[in-house]
Amino acid sequence: MEKIFTRPETLYDLSMHYCPGCGHGIAHRLVAEIVDELAIREKVIGIAPVGCAVVAYDYWNFDCSEAAHGRALAVATAIKRVHPQNIVFTYQGDGDLAAIGTNETIHAANRGENLTVIFINNAVYGMTGGQMAPTTLLGQKTSTCIEGREKEKHGYPLKISEMLALLPGVCFIERVSMHNPQWVLKTKQAIKQAFQNQIDNLGFSLVEILSPCPTYWGLNPKESLDWIRDVMQKEFPLGKIK
Amino acid sequence: MLKKRILISGNEAIAQGAIQAGCSFYAGYPITPQNELIAYMAKHMPKTNGVFIQAESELAAINMVYGASAAGARSMTSSSSPGISLKQEGISYIAGSQLPAVIVNIMRGGPGLGNIAPAQSDYFQATRGGGHGDYNLIVLAPGSVQEAYDLTQKGFELADKYRIPVMILGDGILGQMMEPIELSTEKIKTAIAKPWALCGCRGRKPNIIKSFFLREGALEVFNLKLQKQYETIKKKEALFEGLFLNDAKVVIVAYGTMARIAKSAISQLRLKGKKIGLIRPITLWPFPQAAFKAGNKKRKYLVVEMSYGQMLEDVKLIVNGRQRIEFLGRSGGGMPSEKEIINRINKII
Repeated sequence: MEKIFTRPETLYDLSMHYCPGCGHGIAHRLVAEIVDELAIREKVIGIAPVGCAVVAYDYWNFDCSEAAHGRALAVATAIKRVHPQNIVFTYQGDGDLAAIGTNETIHAANRGENLTVIFINNAVYGMTGGQMAPTTLLGQKTSTCIEGREKEKHGYPLKISEMLALLPGVCFIERVSMHNPQWVLKTKQAIKQAFQNQIDNLGFSLVEILSPCPTYWGLNPKESLDWIRDVMQKEFPLGKIK
Repeated sequence: MLKKRILISGNEAIAQGAIQAGCSFYAGYPITPQNELIAYMAKHMPKTNGVFIQAESELAAINMVYGASAAGARSMTSSSSPGISLKQEGISYIAGSQLPAVIVNIMRGGPGLGNIAPAQSDYFQATRGGGHGDYNLIVLAPGSVQEAYDLTQKGFELADKYRIPVMILGDGILGQMMEPIELSTEKIKTAIAKPWALCGCRGRKPNIIKSFFLREGALEVFNLKLQKQYETIKKKEALFEGLFLNDAKVVIVAYGTMARIAKSAISQLRLKGKKIGLIRPITLWPFPQAAFKAGNKKRKYLVVEMSYGQMLEDVKLIVNGRQRIEFLGRSGGGMPSEKEIINRINKII
């Protein structure tokens, strides 16, 4: 019988530490599948973030570095400049990429660094216990905006992808979602494009992935996927931004 | 082969020393009084196929150095006091990830924005780690432009030997002052093999660069490994210059630019028959304890700094109450003059 579905070579055979219904496991797997499909496992270098995915290198079977919170794109910039022949990517959450690391994000993009960015937007700080993120929706309750995010007190959800799309150094930005199997496949296609662009030396590519965090959304896994579809996508519309 | 002598500033000598040592990655952010260094790197790094990046901040610059070191390059950043404060997070991560790197601090007055006058008031920050966690960096304090050139090269060797961050600690005078130096006649160093570095896992297991030890007990094991290495460095790498330590009744302890002024004062005093000596620590961490063990047991010390008494604490720890220690220090734009040192010595003697 023909085997048509298997664990990617790039993903170790381990159970992950993520909560039930979390999106990180799927996103890790999609990255691993693309690394296999592009046959780049021996030349890829990943940068793990500070956040729930800090130990992503425990699951991926290729060279990885940690970076301090927010500094992944500074670290990635240097690694790519030292080894232009390698394929370098960062995997970052919303707090990492769009709050503490906004400066590094904007300037790496503006320099047109030939890098791939996997940006997980789950609208909350997961690892530290569910605080307000730059991408938290108006009205969304977190441990640091207990009545829900209010524009007068907390400002608006930050659309960093749309901001980055303005920069001439940026080659490709797409916002995708993991709320159903169809969009998981679209997410995979976008990740593949973002890696292919780097292989083709086209410059800075970013994939923003709307990803469920049932634990800190106070929803069950199924409700979380529906919330992405019905609520989150209204603030963060899907599709190619650049 | 004829040795090549050139006239160059301390900042430029550090940059040239780095290039000579095979530094192939530099990232920095402008700040006075070290701007000649970043400009020199911008001009000269491309000639040796090195990477130069003007970073968007000190945070980005030190984290770029982290990345370049993780990728196996000899890498450096430079700044002055306020900028070095910003780099402390990154330096802690470099220490925690056991990465070699060279960080230059051309000190200016503080606290806060302070001023751009030379100072030595970052001694505590440099010699106690500076960022969070139990770690140290090797701190080299050049006393001349030639030594700035030489010690920068040594800094890269030590950084790779121990996989540790090394700081070159100078002040605004050393950075700006021009002196003739003798250039190395050796070829520029080429990259050394670093089997732990990130370059893609072809033919080997993946390499991971990290400072995160979540499993119970793991961080303590790692920290003990660091501490053991620090003990080795303390035994093997301490350096100092001693003058007249055999007969000195008063020994001045000073480093960097301050030691040069102390040397002038000592020459004047010895012409008048006064037995004054000098201990000039070249490594501030590890602090050269051996310098204080030899010689006249009854001698007194005068610690002279461009601060209000930072290295003084290390001298007190070593002398441990056995001998008298006096202190002369100014900071924030002023520095002890030759005359002030002579006057103080005359009072002590």
